[in-house]
Amino acid sequence: MSERENILELKNVVYSFHTYGGEVKAVRDVSYEVRQGEILGIVGESGCGKSVTAQCILRLNPEPPGFFEGGEILYKGQDVLKMSKKEIRKIRGREIGFVFQDPMTSLNPTMRVGAQIEEVFLGRTDVSKKEVKERAMDIMRLVGISDVEKRYKQYPHELSGGMKQRVMIAIALVSRPSVIICDEPTTSLDVTIEAQILDLLLELREKLGTSIIMITHDLGVISRLCDRVVVMYGGKIVEKGEIGEIFYNTAHPYTKGLMQSIAKLDTAKGEKLKPIEGTPPDLFAPPKGCPFAARCEYCMDVCEQLPPEAYTVADDHTTFCWLQHEMAPETDLKKATAKKGEV
Amino acid sequence: MENENKQPLVQVKDLCKYFQINRHATLKAVDHVSFDIHKGETVGLVGESGCGKSTTGRCMIRLYEPTEGEVIYDGKDITKLSKEEQKKFCQKVQMIFQNPYASLNPRMTVKEIVGEGIKHHGLADKDVDQKVEELLETVGLNKDHMSRFPHEFSGGQRQRIGIARALSVDPEFIICDEPISALDVSVQAQVINMLKELQETRGLTYLFIAHDLSVVKYISDRVVVMYLGTIVETAETEELYANPMHPYTKALLSAIPEADPDKAKNNKRIPIKGEIPSPINPKEGCRFAGRCQYATERCHQETPQAREVKPGHVVACHLMD
Repeated sequence: MSERENILELKNVVYSFHTYGGEVKAVRDVSYEVRQGEILGIVGESGCGKSVTAQCILRLNPEPPGFFEGGEILYKGQDVLKMSKKEIRKIRGREIGFVFQDPMTSLNPTMRVGAQIEEVFLGRTDVSKKEVKERAMDIMRLVGISDVEKRYKQYPHELSGGMKQRVMIAIALVSRPSVIICDEPTTSLDVTIEAQILDLLLELREKLGTSIIMITHDLGVISRLCDRVVVMYGGKIVEKGEIGEIFYNTAHPYTKGLMQSIAKLDTAKGEKLKPIEGTPPDLFAPPKGCPFAARCEYCMDVCEQLPPEAYTVADDHTTFCWLQHEMAPETDLKKATAKKGEV
Repeated sequence: MENENKQPLVQVKDLCKYFQINRHATLKAVDHVSFDIHKGETVGLVGESGCGKSTTGRCMIRLYEPTEGEVIYDGKDITKLSKEEQKKFCQKVQMIFQNPYASLNPRMTVKEIVGEGIKHHGLADKDVDQKVEELLETVGLNKDHMSRFPHEFSGGQRQRIGIARALSVDPEFIICDEPISALDVSVQAQVINMLKELQETRGLTYLFIAHDLSVVKYISDRVVVMYLGTIVETAETEELYANPMHPYTKALLSAIPEADPDKAKNNKRIPIKGEIPSPINPKEGCRFAGRCQYATERCHQETPQAREVKPGHVVACHLMD
């Protein structure tokens, strides 16, 4: 796994928004990488910065009010932040596709479905009109839209939620991008349709070797789909690594809390769910220490004062938590293998 | 189980709710649905969106007038209540709504929202404020919140206000229409735990409408599975999850994304082809026939009747013959 090339790399990205209430520090020092052909999951609650980070990659956030305070985003070695608008437009939608959360509102209601898929090719001279139509139809078939000839001419309101989401995926896929960013693509769908869409994504990865960034708050979706996971909280990464490591060798209290708070199929009746008490931090004035300190059951003095350092727990598993420090007390989360520094 | 011989608290009998769209089209949102709810029990009502689960819930509290059929609460048909009885019914049955952002009046303070029912039913002569305060404490808010407006709260807190409002008139039966689906994962558990605690301390009866099957399994004693306006299967929770019989229930259960990578990746899913068909002028026969892999000629022609396959386990499917 780890020999695979990094196709996308985020390094210490800091992103904020100017608002009337002050500056919202939405993303604070986030680094992760996406490898060729892998599915990377990004989990976190609403407002933790997972979508903003992903939108940064394509510079989709309105600027102003949004602005970069620092960091690098390398796509195939090139820094997206240093590109001109024109250069970004060449990547946006062509090399990196984006599937938005709400298929009901993110399609243009006044345009036929076919035209919306073909719009990606607008302004390109290397493909003929006929070819474009063929590619659009092919991709519609690939994502499992039945009756393509008819659907091609329909408007979004004539399609169901699942179909609209397929159209969204088709738009993201039509120019054969090397990365697709899916921002909660199944949240508004039913479980049976969700299962169909997840299977479709897995199949596309198999067939086309596309890398996928999957943003979600559903650990079920993560477990079914992803190879690696990034857990975010309060604008920061708290833990990242290979999926088995994150789920079975959890090293951060937030990740642990998240897993304990959901009702699983094998949760016994009498057993109480263990919610994470309290609410996420206010990002207008982010805590200076660990963002999770206020809600953490293991919280120590140092957690409130200093942002935690990175600790490597295993080959592909990094956590940002003071509990891994050699001087920290023994807890169930402290790993003997933990070493200071990132992988 | 211990309730077997007792009269159920709520009986839904052949409930139908049709919406006339135009002269030729009728949307059959709920079509001959029957089930019982016993006192102190939590019944889960699950199904995909558009299957009529919310409409059923709304008919049971008379937010919609049923087209046909009866809803019998405590021995009386709720559509035939006198004015006096109707007022009493409104006090005993309450609802928690799905969207905490839309179900609270933005121009009322928390005190007004929670106190409205108390005043209307005359449950506290002078000390409405004190009662509101107690209620807010029960749901984990405090009296400082009383003079605030809904927009000042987070989703989880708003849902708590909605719950406080439902509790304010000391109800017996609460219909929870997807009370947690709009909330964050870590907050969902807080609300579920609270609903469970309230049930224990106040002896409440719940109808829990949801599409999250893991949560329904956790909170319910019995589960009713709906598909396109009809009930396909009803059973005790343990029995239903261990031994689903209707092909739709089987597929639905296998589609649950489990939060455990090893299980989720090896899990054999039963795929369902296509999507839920339109409930407008539905065809004769089993509603699921078009997507069912076992469907025979008979399924397309004859509507299957619900039959008790095991004690307490009712299935509507021709395969059970």
